[in-house]
Amino acid sequence: MLKRTSEFVIEACIKLSGLAVIIFVVAIFIFLLKDALSLFGVHSINDFLFGKKWLPISEPAKFGVIPLLLGSLYVTVGAIVICVPLGVCSAMFIAEVAPSHLKHVLKSLVEILAAIPSVVLGFIGIVWLGPFLRNTLNLSTGMCGLTGSLLLAFMALPTVISISEDALIGVPKAFKEAAFGLGATRWQTLWRIVLPSASSGIIAAVMLGIGRVIGETMVVMMVTGNSPVIPTSLLQPLRTLTATIAGEMGETVAGSEHYFALFAVGLILFIITFIINFIADICLRKARK
Amino acid sequence: MNARLILIIILTTGFAGCKETVDPNEPTGFIQVKGSDTIVNAAQMVSEEFMKDYPHVFVAITGGGSGVGIASLINGTCDVATASREMKQKEIDIANQHGVAPREFTVAYDGVALIVNEQNPIDRLTIEELHRIFTGKTTNWKDLGGKDLEIVTLSREVSSGTHIYFKEEVVQLGKKGSTEEFYRKTLLLTSSQAIVEEVVANEAAIGYLGMGYVSERTKALFVANDDVGYPPNVDNVQQKKYPLSRPLYFYTNGEPNGVTKLFIDFTLSPKGQMQFSETGFVPIGDTDIAKENQ
Repeated sequence: MLKRTSEFVIEACIKLSGLAVIIFVVAIFIFLLKDALSLFGVHSINDFLFGKKWLPISEPAKFGVIPLLLGSLYVTVGAIVICVPLGVCSAMFIAEVAPSHLKHVLKSLVEILAAIPSVVLGFIGIVWLGPFLRNTLNLSTGMCGLTGSLLLAFMALPTVISISEDALIGVPKAFKEAAFGLGATRWQTLWRIVLPSASSGIIAAVMLGIGRVIGETMVVMMVTGNSPVIPTSLLQPLRTLTATIAGEMGETVAGSEHYFALFAVGLILFIITFIINFIADICLRKARK
Repeated sequence: MNARLILIIILTTGFAGCKETVDPNEPTGFIQVKGSDTIVNAAQMVSEEFMKDYPHVFVAITGGGSGVGIASLINGTCDVATASREMKQKEIDIANQHGVAPREFTVAYDGVALIVNEQNPIDRLTIEELHRIFTGKTTNWKDLGGKDLEIVTLSREVSSGTHIYFKEEVVQLGKKGSTEEFYRKTLLLTSSQAIVEEVVANEAAIGYLGMGYVSERTKALFVANDDVGYPPNVDNVQQKKYPLSRPLYFYTNGEPNGVTKLFIDFTLSPKGQMQFSETGFVPIGDTDIAKENQ
């Protein structure tokens, strides 16, 4: 009898936690939507979505999201271009090539990489990477998109490596054995058989990497210079969506136009990450089949 | 969890202390001070001295920028807002709508220093030249007699009171209704310290910050209204010779009472004012103290 009651209680608790997560997500979305949409009562939606100037404290204030959106886009694309080849190749090495003792060492190193706090990376960016890039590339300042992209690539690596590695390991042994049986070399097997079979999982890894990069705040705020200009290259300062929210939220009065504008920026960020996670989810499901 | 409990206890006893004052000789309470990054170090020193005199009052100081402090005062999340600029009329209106009546105290004076890298040969700039640099009309140091380098302008984030002061006085040259903006390539950095670091590392950079942040690792420029330039120091700010001098403020919601009043009084007392001069600011004269207490 007692056993049955405790089972019932535990079951109810688990069910409740499951439901709570759904409720939280929905509540966050509604909260975000409510405050974000309030902006368009006082500010034109066209000026927000297509405005090219972000001048929140000027008179009149201008809340054009284009520079911020492009800033985020540039940094993210830069980070992905750097991190995906590196990440997928490391995953291939860990999953297929490395001897087992090295495999363990590498895996724990990747985990340690994931544990480095972003402020620490940002600090490294300010005192070392930024000045280094400025001197080697002869830039006017090291506080630019590229510095941010490099550090973000570093942050996304653990995600990309571990999920790609899972995907590669998940490829059925029979595929490889068949390839070897037909006389394929180890490289041919890896490149033409294993990698294509694991492609959905790798795409998922890339998508989750993008999600990680686009939502990262501290690093980009510290190293990208935060100039709200429309970027034309990664070698110039830019301002991202996340850094804008973090940098300006503290000074807004609840219910002011600026406050709503930051929520609208948050909504855009939420929609972007939602779409990316959705695609990643579809890919992961495909990979499992 | 424990920390939170302790905080709640401190908070509740703090509020109780404000109203009851059971033992007037032993004030207890909690004061949240928020705002200007320029003042944060000085305020920290003042609060440490204050807590030596009143060991049962706990003062928490946080920075973030004058805008953060003023917004917190309006949102009711701090007792004292520190600001390196005056509250704007618009902010006062919003405060009134939220049932907050800001009361202003001038606590010290400060000069806004312009800093450049030690390798930069330039020693002195006029306000007009600064205006041209920070609005992007002059973009190379060689036009000012320096090296052939593209000028990198550094600014604080928009939440900074110094940002707004500098925008009004230099970017817009103090003209009301001017629509001039910072040069669009200006880097917006999150703290005064970040500006120092970039200036130390970058020969082409120029940034502005409160006088208290000037260190030997950077070079503070002489600033001139017309012909004669003055370095940012206590004497020149006191005698109003340095062109970019400004008061620093504390704001409370209405007349301060309880421990908040003790804190404000302490800040304006000679002991509190000494902390400001030790951190590189200019204490207010006796006449001003008398005026504030009227």
